[in-house]
Amino acid sequence: MTEIKKAIKQITGRGMIVPGNDIDTDQIIPARYMKVVTFDGLGEYAFYDLRYDEQGNPKKHPFNEPRFAGASILLVNRNFGCGSSREHAPQALMRAGIAAVVGESFAEIFAGNCTAMGVPTVTLEGAAIQALTKIVDADPTVEMTLDLPSSTISCDGREFPFAMHPSYRSALIAGSWDSTSVLLSNVEKIESLVKRLPYLNGFAHG
Amino acid sequence: MATKRNLFNTVWDLHKVGTLESGQDQLFIGLHLIHEVTSPQAFQMLEERGLTVLHPERTFATVDHIVPTASQERPFKDRLAEEMMQAIENNTARHDIEFFGLRTDHQGIVHIIGPELGLTQPGMTIACGDSHTSTHGAFGAIAFGIGTSQIRDVLATQTMALSRPKVRKINVTGTLQPGVYAKDIILRIIAELGVNGGIGYAYEYNGEAIHQLSMEERMTICNMSIEGGARVGYVNPDEKTYEYLLGRRYAPRGENFERAVQFWSEIASGEDAEYDDVFELDANTLKPMVTWGITPGQAISVDDRMPDPDRLPEEQRDIAVKALEHMGFAEGDRIRGKKIDVAFLGSCTNGRISDLREAARIVQGKKVARSVRAFVVPGSKQVSMQAEREGLPRIFQDAGFEWRGAGCSMCLAMNPDKLEGREISASSSNRNFVGRQGSPSGRTLLMSPAMVAAAAIAGEVVDVREQIADLQPVG
Repeated sequence: MTEIKKAIKQITGRGMIVPGNDIDTDQIIPARYMKVVTFDGLGEYAFYDLRYDEQGNPKKHPFNEPRFAGASILLVNRNFGCGSSREHAPQALMRAGIAAVVGESFAEIFAGNCTAMGVPTVTLEGAAIQALTKIVDADPTVEMTLDLPSSTISCDGREFPFAMHPSYRSALIAGSWDSTSVLLSNVEKIESLVKRLPYLNGFAHG
Repeated sequence: MATKRNLFNTVWDLHKVGTLESGQDQLFIGLHLIHEVTSPQAFQMLEERGLTVLHPERTFATVDHIVPTASQERPFKDRLAEEMMQAIENNTARHDIEFFGLRTDHQGIVHIIGPELGLTQPGMTIACGDSHTSTHGAFGAIAFGIGTSQIRDVLATQTMALSRPKVRKINVTGTLQPGVYAKDIILRIIAELGVNGGIGYAYEYNGEAIHQLSMEERMTICNMSIEGGARVGYVNPDEKTYEYLLGRRYAPRGENFERAVQFWSEIASGEDAEYDDVFELDANTLKPMVTWGITPGQAISVDDRMPDPDRLPEEQRDIAVKALEHMGFAEGDRIRGKKIDVAFLGSCTNGRISDLREAARIVQGKKVARSVRAFVVPGSKQVSMQAEREGLPRIFQDAGFEWRGAGCSMCLAMNPDKLEGREISASSSNRNFVGRQGSPSGRTLLMSPAMVAAAAIAGEVVDVREQIADLQPVG
């Protein structure tokens, strides 16, 4: 079996600001673009209905702004990625070049999906995200570095300590974020649990 | 952490394989459900790695999201939908997974068929690549919506890596008044606690108002847990749970059933169970709820007015302004009296037989408003067949509703059922996100099925309580 293991410790890149609370995964990728049997090619549909009008003309959206072209770190606000569990949403973002998401808070399934793809989701307090957003807004060419071992983002000579789900952080640093092989290494324990679970054993007690 | 154990922690511990180096627990998944939209990439990942399905007998499949509801003849007119259909047929055949396809009597929305078949049982862990998997919690299971990479994990290992959430008890006291339903309870909970209030929590719905509800109503409540940010929602099993399960295809039988009831009653949270948080809600004073905005938390009682964004807490303002703009409403507007163009009855939230019965009771002998296109999409073939036995399609059709085949339909509009332009729908579904019902400028008002039925007749949002008193049972 192919071993997929890639430690993710540092991500450096330019920021892109997608402001607003409660941005749901239907916004990130409209359902009609999920009629596919592979994730390839989803990148072009990221935020599609916010980027294009019903005739296909571009609208004002960060993903259409030339100043953010090539950015890899997404700056967002509260409850980003809420709603549908569709992994198509973070897959679309990743395939559009996003390598990390920095926000005030994330919906749980979204954050889990990102981690399983090797994309860190880290949280900053409201004031810190505002300060970071201000720096990027003033100069989108400025680079920032997200450092997982020290849990800080450094940008423009400033340091922003971030919070992150501790197990997501350690899985990314250890390169065990692609969990299949880790889980499968415990197959004997899995099978022994199968023999104990009441509903798989006729509810026999004892 | 609670010491006097609640159901959530008991069931979690029962399924814990071990703790991983990352600090997450490896949790065994007792029942895995898959559908056509989120599973094909997971099978692709498995095959790329040369892996197989570890316990194919614990995965069950159906098709719901993309199936057309007008004609289900194959091949589908939509080439992409047909391709997805073939993918799930091939994947389930190749990996020896039971598949409830269109040719079976058990096709339907994945969260409706699991309980119908008796697959969903108390004390299980359940996962499905769909955020509304929390529905199955109505039986005292702990059920997680997962992404495609986790589907791959469950297929390959029958386990997944998870962090244990905290548990919040939501205690609903009192009794619902006529015309007020489970949907109104959950919309009120989300409005109170916020769309992100449940992040990091599992919700235990408890209290007399919850235990007075039927299993189907409990499913409505658990279904929308995720709209409040909680990935898991559940109700402790009780006599109604056991009665529902008795005799179902995959439910335990005979002596096994007796032993199962013993086990199920032992795992329920006791009177002295402890929680990380408790929230109280009084059902006596609840009124029918309707959403006015673009998140399920933007809901008010049918006789209330829309809020002034400036008076809302800071974190709700920005989205409230966006909502009023998208909806074309103004602060201070009444929700009651808002005109609708479409009425949609269906979805995993409210597409079960009791939902259709209650809606039929409202529309019986009346006519859908001329300006409204109205349709009923039963949640499953079984719901549809039962409705036919009870004569419900006729009642709906006589009133001017279209009666369709089973599926998710206009809840998320992956099939041909969509809003057009700025149409506004009264919908018994779960999400009013911008564009959710298929038109980027379309608008959705979420409400109970009875309220949808009443709105379809009136052509506008009305208070169903004013009609309910005079009604007779259907038939």
